Amino acid sequence: MAAFGTAAGRPLQGRDGAAGFRFTVYAALAVVIMYLDQRQHYLERLRYVLQAAAYPVQLAVNSPPAAWSSIRRSFEGRDQLQAENASLKARQRDLELRSMRYEDLARENAELRGLRAALPPVADRWLPAEIVNVQLSSLRQRLLIDRGAVNGVFKGQAVLDDRGLIGQTTNVGPWSAEVILITDPEHGTPVRIERTGLRTIAVGAGDATSLALPYLPANADIKQGDLLVTSGLGGVFPHGYPVARVTEVHREAVQPLAQVRAAPLAHIGTDSEVMLVWFRPDHPAAPAPQTATVNGVKAGNAALQPQAAPPRPTAAPAPAMPKPAPEAARTAPRTGPAPRPKPAPEPATEPATEVEATSPAEGPPPAVDPAVPQPETQPPKGNR
Amino acid sequence: MNAFSRGRMLLSVIFGLVLTVFPLPAWLDVLRPAFVVLVVLYWSVNAPRLGGIALGFFSGFALDVFQGPVLGQHALALSLVAYIAVREHQRIRTKPALQQALVVFGALAVYEFAVFAIDGWSGHPVTSPLRWVHTVTGALIWPPVAAILGYRSRARI
Repeated sequence: MAAFGTAAGRPLQGRDGAAGFRFTVYAALAVVIMYLDQRQHYLERLRYVLQAAAYPVQLAVNSPPAAWSSIRRSFEGRDQLQAENASLKARQRDLELRSMRYEDLARENAELRGLRAALPPVADRWLPAEIVNVQLSSLRQRLLIDRGAVNGVFKGQAVLDDRGLIGQTTNVGPWSAEVILITDPEHGTPVRIERTGLRTIAVGAGDATSLALPYLPANADIKQGDLLVTSGLGGVFPHGYPVARVTEVHREAVQPLAQVRAAPLAHIGTDSEVMLVWFRPDHPAAPAPQTATVNGVKAGNAALQPQAAPPRPTAAPAPAMPKPAPEAARTAPRTGPAPRPKPAPEPATEPATEVEATSPAEGPPPAVDPAVPQPETQPPKGNR
Repeated sequence: MNAFSRGRMLLSVIFGLVLTVFPLPAWLDVLRPAFVVLVVLYWSVNAPRLGGIALGFFSGFALDVFQGPVLGQHALALSLVAYIAVREHQRIRTKPALQQALVVFGALAVYEFAVFAIDGWSGHPVTSPLRWVHTVTGALIWPPVAAILGYRSRARI
């Protein structure tokens, strides 16, 4: 802090070179920090320390709203509590009815898959976490939760509430972690339309009540009310967790892409508690491992072991390869604007080659859905 | 006098940070002025030797810790704002409050553009026009902020 006053003794003429020189030095410093943080990921340790240092401030800042809401809760009327109790009881009954046949179904499913024993659920361990701070602006949709590395939380861990997916952890400090919500404009969630099996990416729209599905062609089989579940690609979320329900589908004759909106199932704006989940890495529904780890930082799965991916047909990728011209083959998978050469459009339900999935650090990739001919798409969030 | 002002400066930056991090409902959050930038502007204009560009850098870095996708982003943007303000401080501080508010609007626009540009370069582009709203509210709130920060400071340094 002594740096603030180093030039205090010297007379400062209006526009001498000193200010310009110091600006250059500080600007260069900032650029170096940005480069190290962004490209090299050298600053993971520093981030960890800073997260720890910032935590008390965030706790303190959030204490007045927290105190206010707890005071308000303590003055809640008897009628209100009774109504809440009744609705909770009804909900519990529903859930019990629904899970009554779970054991039976699990065994039946195992038989159909030809397995000898029923698999355990993919979720291995749960940890409830309290929300400490909320940022729900149109630019950033983040939560701060009160669990961190000392509780075993890792970067890229799935966060759920009792209705659906909420997001994943990004910055993990010792006692706190930042959660990027699925509604953050920088977050893309690899999803599957439950009714048809069509895979795509749901991108946050910057408000807590909607997701956009910008990469679906106009002839995609999707309609209002369709359930979106996680597709298991991308290395963070396991297969089959509910994400959102489609609320509107717009198709225009001149547009190659359908405009689809979906509402997240999780109560993102009103939750006060979320669940951190650890998944069994060798479970078939567990998130597929990411091929690259960043500087040894674990992403996605707790133990990045090679594991059984969901079964997928082997025939699909082979015929596509010899067809495209060499330069198209080089550019198509990564940057997407060129229409992807494809021998023939296949039925949309056929899962084919890997859809590249996304993590928040990378931004949504140009959702190459190989099952349908790729129109001229420019991903709205351009990246490398 | 000097020590008093330095304490006041640090306190105001911390208070600005708190106001920036404080959770607000989404519609109010759009309107939330960039308090830290206003505070840095005030001290750069009224006490350029006390804080100067270092103040901009360090308060920007603190902002990065709380809400930056990339460390150094707000540090660079605020250093730029502080540099401009320090360079032009004699012109700015002789102007009446309303004209100052216009200058502040320009400075906030420069700041937001720098943040926006770095967002784009670092692969987090958010092109919503709502991100520019705070430049207007920041300019509107400048006269009271300047009055509060300058409360009872006897002489301009």
